Amino acid sequence: MFYIFCPYCKEHREEEEFHPRGQAHLMRPEDPENTSDEEWGDYLFFRDNPRGIHHEMWVHSVGCRKFFNITRNTVTYEILETYPMGEQPTITAESEGVRLEQGAQVADGGWQTVGARPENKALNEEASS
Amino acid sequence: MSDVKEFETRPADDSKAESPLAWSLHEQKSLPHASNPGVILSEKPFLGHLILRGGAIVMDEAVREVMGMALPARPLALVSDDSGERSIQWLSPDEWLVIVPGGEEFALEQKLRQSLGQSHFSIVNVGGGQTVLSLKGKASRDVLMKSISYDVHEEVFPVGKGVSTVFAKATVILRRPEEDGWELVIRRSFADYCYRWLLDAAKEYGVSVTR
Repeated sequence: MFYIFCPYCKEHREEEEFHPRGQAHLMRPEDPENTSDEEWGDYLFFRDNPRGIHHEMWVHSVGCRKFFNITRNTVTYEILETYPMGEQPTITAESEGVRLEQGAQVADGGWQTVGARPENKALNEEASS
Repeated sequence: MSDVKEFETRPADDSKAESPLAWSLHEQKSLPHASNPGVILSEKPFLGHLILRGGAIVMDEAVREVMGMALPARPLALVSDDSGERSIQWLSPDEWLVIVPGGEEFALEQKLRQSLGQSHFSIVNVGGGQTVLSLKGKASRDVLMKSISYDVHEEVFPVGKGVSTVFAKATVILRRPEEDGWELVIRRSFADYCYRWLLDAAKEYGVSVTR
């Protein structure tokens, strides 16, 4: 169990109050009439599954029932930031690469896995795309 | 005036009304009674509950005009009037829970609709769907600590705060309107469960239930 910061309630809440709702920042095709089946398929069914930084939509389902975004490291489960709907993340896979190079990654008890350690740089690089 | 159809949900004749705790609390012949209770439990049945949704600025103007109270704009804030009988609680950035003495809610809803006019808002009477349990006594915080993962320490949970959170796996609204008193706004379908849970959790401190 861990605490997640709700950007609407402005405080940390227990994880059980939240639900994940998949990848964030999906854009519906702007011109549906002229969208190919493949593009529709990509929009509807295909999701990124990165190793490392991932932007996800979560909902504070027991609290304020608002959706918001989380930037999360899928390897360490570390939540790097939460931000309201309609905003862009300040931490991305690119900026996080710099963070790892500088050795800023914090080892949280129990959550750390092999690939997240700065010394295993090769593994981290493989992930970013 | 908005063109939404409204109706008085409270029957005008003397039909029998039952609170969600009718069977487990009100119709019991004897209620738990401890000689030196650490927790005093009671229900506040048949209050008027309204959910207001809309923009904070328009809603604030209407609420000030109709109720003479400011809408809590700060997250998780709870404001009460001087008598403590009418309260407004922040639920989300565009949602508030208003609790007024039973019978006042329909008139209040009409006045708010009048004041809000054609702006974009919604008012829903949820009085039939939930009820308020009041928790008093020196051990009430200990009981909450056993049941809720949210921090109920004085520093984190001062008077005038309310959160909706998980209480023994059920969703409740927990609020602290006064120094020595907590309120749980519970759903009708969970009322019996929450009540029994509280009785069980409070047993070790001594619990009295008052009607």
